[in-house]
Amino acid sequence: MSQNDQKRFDLSIDDASPYYNNNIPSLQIKIRFLFAKRDYSKANSRAPAMALSRLSSRSNTFLKPAITALHSPIRRHVSTDTSPITIETAVPFTSHLCESPSRSVETSSEEILAFFRDMARMRRMEIAADSLYKAKLIRGFCHLYDGQEALAVGMEAAITKKDAIITSYRDHCTFIGRGGKLVDAFSELMGRKTGCSHGKGGSMHFYKKDASFYGGHGIVGAQIPLGCGLAFAQKYNKDEAVTFTMYGDGAANQGQLFEALNIAALWDLPAILVCENNHYGMGTATWRSAKSPAYFKRGDYVPGLKVDGMDALAVKQACKFAKEHALKNGPIILEMDTYRYHGHSMSDPGSTYRTRDEISGVRQVRDPIERVRKLLLSHDIATEKELKDMEKEIRKEVDDAVAQAKESPVPDSSELFTNMYVKDCGVESFGADRKDLKVTLP
Amino acid sequence: MSAILQGAGAATALSPFNSIDSNKLVAPSRSSLSVRSKRYIVAGSDGTNNKTFASSSLIARRSDPLIPNAVATKADTAASSTSSKSGHELLLFEALQEGLEEEMDRDPHVCVMGEDVGHYGGSYKVTKGLADKFGDLRVLDTPICENAFTGMGIGAAMTGLRPVIEGMNMGFLLLAFNQISNNCGMLHYTSGGQFTIPVVIRGPGGVGRQLGAEHSQRLESYFQSIPGIQMVACSTPYNAKGLMKAAIRSENPVILFEHVLLYNLKESIPDEDYICNLEEAEMVRPGEHITILTYSRMRYHVMQAAKTLVNKGYDPEVIDIRSLKPFDLHTIGNSVKKTHRVLIVEECMRTGGIGASLTAAINENFHDYLDAPVMCLSSQDVPTPYAGTLEEWTVVQPAQIVTAVEQLCQ
Repeated sequence: MSQNDQKRFDLSIDDASPYYNNNIPSLQIKIRFLFAKRDYSKANSRAPAMALSRLSSRSNTFLKPAITALHSPIRRHVSTDTSPITIETAVPFTSHLCESPSRSVETSSEEILAFFRDMARMRRMEIAADSLYKAKLIRGFCHLYDGQEALAVGMEAAITKKDAIITSYRDHCTFIGRGGKLVDAFSELMGRKTGCSHGKGGSMHFYKKDASFYGGHGIVGAQIPLGCGLAFAQKYNKDEAVTFTMYGDGAANQGQLFEALNIAALWDLPAILVCENNHYGMGTATWRSAKSPAYFKRGDYVPGLKVDGMDALAVKQACKFAKEHALKNGPIILEMDTYRYHGHSMSDPGSTYRTRDEISGVRQVRDPIERVRKLLLSHDIATEKELKDMEKEIRKEVDDAVAQAKESPVPDSSELFTNMYVKDCGVESFGADRKDLKVTLP
Repeated sequence: MSAILQGAGAATALSPFNSIDSNKLVAPSRSSLSVRSKRYIVAGSDGTNNKTFASSSLIARRSDPLIPNAVATKADTAASSTSSKSGHELLLFEALQEGLEEEMDRDPHVCVMGEDVGHYGGSYKVTKGLADKFGDLRVLDTPICENAFTGMGIGAAMTGLRPVIEGMNMGFLLLAFNQISNNCGMLHYTSGGQFTIPVVIRGPGGVGRQLGAEHSQRLESYFQSIPGIQMVACSTPYNAKGLMKAAIRSENPVILFEHVLLYNLKESIPDEDYICNLEEAEMVRPGEHITILTYSRMRYHVMQAAKTLVNKGYDPEVIDIRSLKPFDLHTIGNSVKKTHRVLIVEECMRTGGIGASLTAAINENFHDYLDAPVMCLSSQDVPTPYAGTLEEWTVVQPAQIVTAVEQLCQ
């Protein structure tokens, strides 16, 4: 490791570092990184397990992933086996004013495979969106989610379609996670009529009402009161469902977050506030924007949990725990420690405020898809070749969706005025002053 | 207060707001005339109400309010169904409360949220007694966070609830401007029609009695450009209740502007269920010489000036535009065609106010019918001062209205 790397690691010791999520003495970081670099590329069954255990926090003798039930590696059922597997999360949860959930996550090979597939699909979608943006087929703002996919899939695994999700403008993958179709997403990005918002919303306004996905909001933090409103409605209607209100580390400094949190806690609303801490609010690192970067503690009187957001299983466990908590005790904050590989948006190269080494470092050490791939390989749920085939298939699926979206029609000009108002009480859907038409007098 | 009561008195003298007259005003505008016998006027029958008036019968009924003599006749023909009710007298805030309560009874999705609306009963008593009747979940006392609770109301509306969000004073809603503009107004459009936002945002605004600059704001001018919302202003107990009910039943976000000084107006309103059309203007006093367009509190200043004008031999036609967004250009247009002169009297600021937009709309659409330029009397472009005399001079006074009419009618 070069001298510069050393220095950078020293700098990033505190909680704000993207490299890990707990307070670890500096020595262990360097050791961990060294080991990770060496072992990570190996695909044999033993090394990944070792790498995973080395990624764990305390000591090297600490719990290796407890492969309990399915330790017989003979039979491998790709995607159909639902018998439970228990896997330990790599990093323990840190809690504030509540108990941490257990580190052993109940899952199954079908689920892990679904994670892999969904995350690979999301990753490919974002890469495709990147190329489309550079080809000027997507205009305006395009905020990509690659690196953070574990959040979307982990959350989905813990909840139902009755639970609501509302998020910010980085919403492409959340939309897909909620059941949105790739072709709808691409059509909307390219401003076509067949898009999920009929071409009127764009990248920042994906919605899917039937899956309780409430978007897609451009103004930072404005979705937080909306999310508390959704939770209020769920409580009002006695739905027994919860709302996941997602926001970023940048939005965590908005006043409306604390206003909404106060209300949610006061009225015991089933709201779960999820802070996707990718360590940068556009160009400003968390240590430069927040006096207290422990976002899960910011709720003060509201319990919080810090989760490794690159581990889909940890996310699933945390969301399950949070849902139970919210239904009984009111709001809880989940801070998901995650990372985005792209810049804030396509207009941001993403390298002026962080080094390429940092990005590639995180990609090597913490990538969510790689982690799941290692799991699949180590548990013999799939072979290397099968996974590669799956990725090829997904790539084709995404390419097909892009091609189909490119063919779809743009909205015609009459659609400019549709969906302004709902027609009732005699409302017309033209602009103000009742309108484009000259009024014909009797 | 005396000026207002006098104004109210003038209003009642010139166009009696007893129950019969009120029905006359409501009935012709609805195409659902067949249900008149039931005396239950349903909102939004089939959306054909205010469009082109192909049917001549509808035109005839529509132009009835322009002919003063038809008042008595109308009452007679509407006789059978109207004879029964006597109406009841109440104050404007009670009318709002009645409307709100009836809607909450009718639809369990309607809820109220705002500061001190529950146990305190509302700072202007509009929500008095509702918390005891409906419980804390339906009449929510919020902490002081306009941005958050407006956003909450909008989020709840996305799932199908129908919140009525109260700003204790309209001026406080400036803190929630982001939520009102971006989320309330635009979500229906940007989601491609997936979500409707049936909220009602209401609160008192306008210049009161020496309340100071920050508590005397007129936000209708700030909100008027927000696409996707509707704005209405109530001015009498009759239209307050009607507009409140229509706003709650509407699927679109509606901002209902009340006025601090009008809450104690007394009037007799019908007993039965009725609503007022959200996009319709109200003919207050039919006339021949000049059209005076006004809304909210200025209606009473105008009516007071009208008394003086009538004594001087003028015959002003006074229209309370009620719907601030969209404008009821049909009623206004009819009137302009008849009188050829327009005076707008409003409480908004001169710059960028409702009057400014209305002037532009009238000039664009009815230029050929105008014999004189459209004149607009608005409040001065100053923060409202505290001193009583100065405050009087920021808003339009009846004497100024008389002078303006005389000027226009030369």
